[in-house]
Amino acid sequence: MTWVTFFQQLMNGVSLGSLYALLAIGYTLVYGILGLINFAHGDVFMLGAYFAFFMIAIFMLPWWLGVIVGIVLCAIVGMTIERVAYRPLRDAPRISALITAVGVSFFIENLGLVTVGARPKGFPRPDLMKNVYILAGARIHGVTLWVPIISLAILAVLLFIVYRTKMGMAMRAVAKDMEATRLMGVNVDRVILLTFALGSALAGAGGVMWACKYPQINPLMGVFPGWKAFTAAVVGGIGNVVGAMIGGFIIGVAEIMIAAFFPSLTGYRDAFVFGILIFFLLIKPSGIMGETLKEKV
Amino acid sequence: MDNLVLKVDALQAYYGGIHALKGISLEVPRGKIVALIGANGAGKSTTLRTISGLVKPRSGKIYFLEEDITTCLPHTIVEKGIAMVPEGRRIFPNLTVMENLILGCYTRKDRDGIKQDLEWVFKLFPRLKERTWQKGGTLSGGEQQMLAVARGLMSRPQLLMMDEPSLGLAPLLVREIFQIIEEINRQGTTILLIEQNAKAALEIAHFAYVMETGRIALQGEGRALLQNEKVQKVYLGED
Repeated sequence: MTWVTFFQQLMNGVSLGSLYALLAIGYTLVYGILGLINFAHGDVFMLGAYFAFFMIAIFMLPWWLGVIVGIVLCAIVGMTIERVAYRPLRDAPRISALITAVGVSFFIENLGLVTVGARPKGFPRPDLMKNVYILAGARIHGVTLWVPIISLAILAVLLFIVYRTKMGMAMRAVAKDMEATRLMGVNVDRVILLTFALGSALAGAGGVMWACKYPQINPLMGVFPGWKAFTAAVVGGIGNVVGAMIGGFIIGVAEIMIAAFFPSLTGYRDAFVFGILIFFLLIKPSGIMGETLKEKV
Repeated sequence: MDNLVLKVDALQAYYGGIHALKGISLEVPRGKIVALIGANGAGKSTTLRTISGLVKPRSGKIYFLEEDITTCLPHTIVEKGIAMVPEGRRIFPNLTVMENLILGCYTRKDRDGIKQDLEWVFKLFPRLKERTWQKGGTLSGGEQQMLAVARGLMSRPQLLMMDEPSLGLAPLLVREIFQIIEEINRQGTTILLIEQNAKAALEIAHFAYVMETGRIALQGEGRALLQNEKVQKVYLGED
């Protein structure tokens, strides 16, 4: 393998990894606060692509506006899921919430199959994403270049919110001790709602960029990215925001590299990623950045 | 009544399936230290948790500055002016000392007032000032208790409730904490205090209630209760 192809593959991996990172944040934020694995998260990612698709293709909004509306709708869906499905179970045994999460996921997927059908739809891409750039001798697609750049910008904003704003401070406090946070005068229900909004907005943005990368969208497109992002969150240390980002990039690069270095194993790339998940769960369940796990799930 | 900060009337509550409060009535006058003493499981903590809105009462009323707050949510109650220093300190170990303090005044918007109060708590607890950028979890037990008290004060409460502030502290630190409680009170904050260390609590309390299995068994001025034969026998361990 030449340096140029290596660089090309590395860019592919970083690009894919940045999307996993965006999606992994949602898992890790919700897990950190509620100790719940939000299985419906991958489906919100799918909704992001569809919402944007409908805004652009049916309502004829300009591309950027359609995408923003799609992301906002995702945030609203995320808040609705929390309010309707998870909040009533806040004090229930954790397994009830977990099963509910699986139920919400199936509900959204099947609602998608019934309403828009299983046939994939072509996602409109802006020219920016279609260009081809020559970088250090390597041919880099517009998506491959812009997706990680946009993702990193979004991740920077997220880090700012979590570590530099009052709301982020409340989020970190709730994650550690929900009751003590209540005693500080924080409306914890609102913080949780906003956490879902934030995570779902990132998932929506990820879904749109995924659709730019693989412009055939279908109601089940969120399933595998969702599982892999969950893996990324575990690898990084679930509950840890920076860990989720690192995990996302590790999984993305690993997945691309296994296909690049061992072309005959390409068919096993999904299995390889889940192998990493099992490896971490066995060897270091607290992940790279995680603290020792408490009794959760 | 107009001089009462808090009035609890015939409060009944269940906690963890147990009839923890079987009709508690108590009053906290403005500017005083009121102590609530009693054995483990007498319902002291549940009383404070019910006042702060964490536990919903079955019956009875809670009035704060003559306003009925019985059904208010915890965050509204903090906003109205009741702060709690919870049992076991419960500071946020993953947040810096400064962030812990800022979270303590989450409901406030007056930047200047917050700045003044930061200086005030740093004067009360000079050791916290040296550690503003340290994570809460890296503080010693005594420093964590000071942070918990300081955090409670940051909301500028009309009433500060403290659940076992001396728990798990070395005797020297216990004395320091009680001195600080008196100092805070002298500077105008009304205090409702729970303690297992009955002697220390009765010494600083203007008024005290003795709780037994969900009821008020005795009440009186702190010093008077110290002399009470039953209190001496049961809670002070003297023959």
